[in-house]
Amino acid sequence: MSMESYQIETKNLNVHYHKNHVLKNVDIKIPAKQLTAVIGPSGCGKTTLLKSFNRLLEIQEEVKIEGQILVDGENILDRKGSEIPDIRKKMGLLSQKPYPLPMSIRDNVAYGLRIHSNKNKGEIEKTVKHCLQEVGLWNEVKDRLHDPASRLSVGQQQRLCLARAIAVQPEVLLCDEPTSALDPISAQQIEKLLLKLKKDYTVVLVTHTLRQAKRVADYVIFLYFGMVIEQGTADEFFNNPKNPETKAYLSGEIS
Amino acid sequence: MNTRKLRDNIGTNLMRIATLSISFLFFLILILLIYRSALVLGTHSIFDVLFSSIWNPDNNQFGLAAVLIDTILVTGIALLVAIPISLLSAVYIVEYAPLRLRRTIRPFIDVLAGVPSVVYGLCAFLFLAPFVKDIVAPWFGVQSTGLCIFSASMILSIMVFPIIISLCIESFDAIPLSLKEASLSVGATKWETVKKVVFRASAPSIMAAILLGFGRAFGETIAVNMVIGGTVRLPSSIFNPGETLASLIASKYGELMSIPLHESALMLVALILFLVVLLFYFLGSLLLRRAKKRWNY
Amino acid sequence: MIASVCIVLGSLIVIFGLVIMNGASSLTLEMITQTPILSPPGSPPGGGILNAIVGSLLLALPATGFASIIGIGIALFLQTDFLQPAVSNTIRFMLDVLWGIPSIIYGIFCLMIMIYIGMSSSLIVGMIALTMLEIPIITRCMDESIKMVPIGLREGSYSLGSTKFETAVRVVRRQAFPGILAGILLGLGRGIGDAASILFTAGFSNRIPTSIFDSTAALPTMIYNLYSTPLGQSKAFAAAFILLIIVLVVSVLSRLLTRRFKKHIIK
Repeated sequence: MSMESYQIETKNLNVHYHKNHVLKNVDIKIPAKQLTAVIGPSGCGKTTLLKSFNRLLEIQEEVKIEGQILVDGENILDRKGSEIPDIRKKMGLLSQKPYPLPMSIRDNVAYGLRIHSNKNKGEIEKTVKHCLQEVGLWNEVKDRLHDPASRLSVGQQQRLCLARAIAVQPEVLLCDEPTSALDPISAQQIEKLLLKLKKDYTVVLVTHTLRQAKRVADYVIFLYFGMVIEQGTADEFFNNPKNPETKAYLSGEIS
Repeated sequence: MNTRKLRDNIGTNLMRIATLSISFLFFLILILLIYRSALVLGTHSIFDVLFSSIWNPDNNQFGLAAVLIDTILVTGIALLVAIPISLLSAVYIVEYAPLRLRRTIRPFIDVLAGVPSVVYGLCAFLFLAPFVKDIVAPWFGVQSTGLCIFSASMILSIMVFPIIISLCIESFDAIPLSLKEASLSVGATKWETVKKVVFRASAPSIMAAILLGFGRAFGETIAVNMVIGGTVRLPSSIFNPGETLASLIASKYGELMSIPLHESALMLVALILFLVVLLFYFLGSLLLRRAKKRWNY
Repeated sequence: MIASVCIVLGSLIVIFGLVIMNGASSLTLEMITQTPILSPPGSPPGGGILNAIVGSLLLALPATGFASIIGIGIALFLQTDFLQPAVSNTIRFMLDVLWGIPSIIYGIFCLMIMIYIGMSSSLIVGMIALTMLEIPIITRCMDESIKMVPIGLREGSYSLGSTKFETAVRVVRRQAFPGILAGILLGLGRGIGDAASILFTAGFSNRIPTSIFDSTAALPTMIYNLYSTPLGQSKAFAAAFILLIIVLVVSVLSRLLTRRFKKHIIK
């Protein structure tokens, strides 16, 4: 528990978004190959934190980021613009609402592959099949791979986005409330997938249902109004919270 | 109670009449054009008219081939130049330009879409034509008065820029940020995202924009008329003068109005214009419906 | 890519600049307050372009007025409350075609009718041609804006016992008002600047029209008639300058008004 490596660390991270100080002096450590849940009431900067990890925040305007974000020991904020796509490749993103790209199911999964590698058609097909199997979508779509992805149900689209993300072999999976737009059955499927995937990937899961965090997390970070209140293993966090605000949140007084 | 019902009735019927009238107008124009073209089609076969290049009204010869070729050249070159430039400009404005630049350019382009054709024609006549005559044509080793097919197509492409750009900007803007994020998050660069996601998602709108641009270019009468030189003859180069279908009508109507057969020839030209626009809009709406069904954005 | 933007902006700035530079210099007080004075051939024509200014206003303003009234009626009627979608979409298609055809067709159409009835080119024929030209433009703009009125709003009105007509006039029109206004301004801008439709129908005159059966000059036709004569070019530029100002004013007004009225809209 104590000697695992940390894949992502932030030191003194401050983010200003449209002149609002959204993240304040955030110092966190995210352990490798485990599922870390980031919890807290809505609007507290959880999504902002997530999107700063793959430097996706910067594409919006009036964003100021200060501090350090260390991935495998290296500060990604120091890297130049042209290197950002490589940083992003390391991190897969699963959004709240699934956004399949405007192309066929197969092309969605192959999208990242075609950009980054020189694999030939056969290898791409194999990888596509493998990723779709990983997310449990293969049997449902194997006969209609060239159909537009928009024809899938919302639950299937979300699994497709997951397949798309793992196709480029990231090390980290950033998940922004990925089940909040889904029906209970699809939500369950995604949760099970995340539990399976955390053996091979570092998963950071933003969620604002405590119950979900309790079900899946190994490590928990509690963010409240842009500040880190408490972080620790799930065991410690849920059974032995140290902070009064944590206790209040856990008991449902603040939400 | 009664006045309310009466008012309702009258109001609804007035609206109905207005709608019926405009539909009626559509068919009336079409029928009138057909009716008036019938005269010339009675004495000349349609193939003669379309494929002969001899235009000599005094001799009752109404060959439109030269005019058709000129129209295709002028419209084609204008669109060939305008489409890529407009698309790239729209992409730059939406995706790459700093916020302040974006805010000032957009209203500017909207204003330009409203500038009347005569003004474009005036500037083209006084500045573009001499430029072509003195610099562009000699560079190609050709002699020209500047009033030629090339000048017409250049001013047309300038006129078409605002139309395509503003429609594309609207459609690029409407693409949700998360879609672009989805592409960027697998490590695509901004340009790759533009190429593979933004363009694809706006494909129907881009098509509509191009269609509208085509309509403007194809039917533009006044500006073309002012710089194309007014000669009905097969062109040997784009620096020759010529006439397009639309500009022909403007040029010749005064002279030919009095003689029914000549007037009928011009009516035929007008009918061709009407039918081409009709056809293109029809094809366009079919294409758009298919594209929208497939990609659902 | 940046090169493209520069080409676009560059060419457009050049055009603007040319008109402004040449037009401003010709825009003396005499130019806008006098009608042309016929001078002996060989010397530059004197006087101004007042006939064209007044003519343009007399042609375009009433035409826009009529077109707007007819247009709002059609646009409201095209909603699904009154017509089946198949019918209304066909009518929309016809309107689009009418918008897309070259304006000279309207000129020819009115000319033929004019000759048939036995009238000569005059203010009223030109006005009718412009009205026909503007109706599709204004109607489709209004229609697009009305389409965006959320259906819940209309349902709310019906459930209070309103008829379709009342809902159309009271609720829909108010919600879509900025778009409606924008459509009218667009039509006005087009009507003032169009030359082809009034070339044969409004005729030309050096005087200000005194009755609707008089021929009249207009700013676009004045430019068209004078552009190639070296001596008339100052008048042409002055007219072009005024047209540009009108286009600018219409555009600015359109933006201001839409912003002002957006306050009352429910999202």
